[in-house]
Amino acid sequence: MRRLLIWAPLALFALVFALVASGLLKPGDRTIHSAMVGKPVPELAMKPLLADRPGVASAELHGKPRLLNVFASWCIPCIAEAPQLLKLKQAGVEIDAIAIRDTPEAVQAFLARNGDPYARIGDDPTGKAQIALGSSGVPETFLIDAQGRIIDQHIGDIRADDIPAILAKLEAAK
Amino acid sequence: MKRAALALLLLAAGPAVADSNLPPARLAYTQLPNAAQEAQAKALMETLRCLVCQGQSIADSDAEMAGDMRALVRERIARGEQPAAIRSYLIQRYGDYVTYDPPFSWVTAPLWITPLVLLAIGLLLARRLFRKGGA
Repeated sequence: MRRLLIWAPLALFALVFALVASGLLKPGDRTIHSAMVGKPVPELAMKPLLADRPGVASAELHGKPRLLNVFASWCIPCIAEAPQLLKLKQAGVEIDAIAIRDTPEAVQAFLARNGDPYARIGDDPTGKAQIALGSSGVPETFLIDAQGRIIDQHIGDIRADDIPAILAKLEAAK
Repeated sequence: MKRAALALLLLAAGPAVADSNLPPARLAYTQLPNAAQEAQAKALMETLRCLVCQGQSIADSDAEMAGDMRALVRERIARGEQPAAIRSYLIQRYGDYVTYDPPFSWVTAPLWITPLVLLAIGLLLARRLFRKGGA
C-alpha cells in the first residue's frame, strides 16, 4: 500500500500537467452558439426600417429556405460580408435582415456603399429580436428551412469559402 | 507649426467604435419606479451573464448588449413576469451559459458535488490524523 502511495503525487502531477497541456493545445470554444438552432423561428414582429421594403415577421418566414442576417451599419465585419451576401443573392437565395440599433439614414448609406442583398429589413432598436434569436453579436446569419425552423447559425462574417456549404444546407432544407 | 497641425489632427480624430449610434434602451440605465420590482430586477440582473464581456453580469457591464438585456429584464418584471420565467426565456436562447446560477443537471453536477466530496475527504483525513496524534 505504502509503496503504491509513493507514486500518488507524481500521478497527481501528471494529471494536472495533462489538463493544462490539453487546455493550451486546444483552447475552449468561446463563441456563444444560439440554443435556438433546431427550433422554429421565435415570435418576431419587427417594423420595417426602410420605406421601400417590409419588416420581418416570423409568420412570413417559411415556404422556402432563406437566410436571416443580423447586421448593422456600424459593424465593420458586415462590410466585409456584404459582397458574399450579394453572391448568395445572385445564387437565388432570399436574404432577410435584422438591423440592430440602427437608423434608416445610416442603413441606406451602408446599402448604397456596400450593395443591397436584402428582401426585408426589420428594425431592432433595442436588440429584442437579437436576444429572441439567441444571437450575441453582429454579423450573424441564421439558416431557416422551408418550414420556418432554424437549421444553423453562422457566427461572424460569411467568407467566400463558406458559401458552398451554406448553399448546400439551404438546398437540403427545401 | 507641424506640432500644432498634429495637435489639431489629434483633436479632430474620433475613436474607432464598435457601438451603435442609437441611445441606450429606455430601461437600460433607468430604475423601475416600483422599488420592490426594481429590487427583483436587480437581483436577477446580477445573476445573468453579459454575453459580450463574459466575466461580468449584465448589472455590472456597460456594454450595449448588457444594457439591452437589462432593459428586457426590467420591462418584463414591470409587466409582472416572474424572474424565474425571464431566466428560463434567456436559457432557452443562450443555454445555461447565460446564467450564473446554473440549474442542476448531469453536466453541472460536478460543480455542486465536488466541494462536498472534497470536504468529506478532508474530514476523513483530519479524523485519521487526529486519532494518530491522540494515540
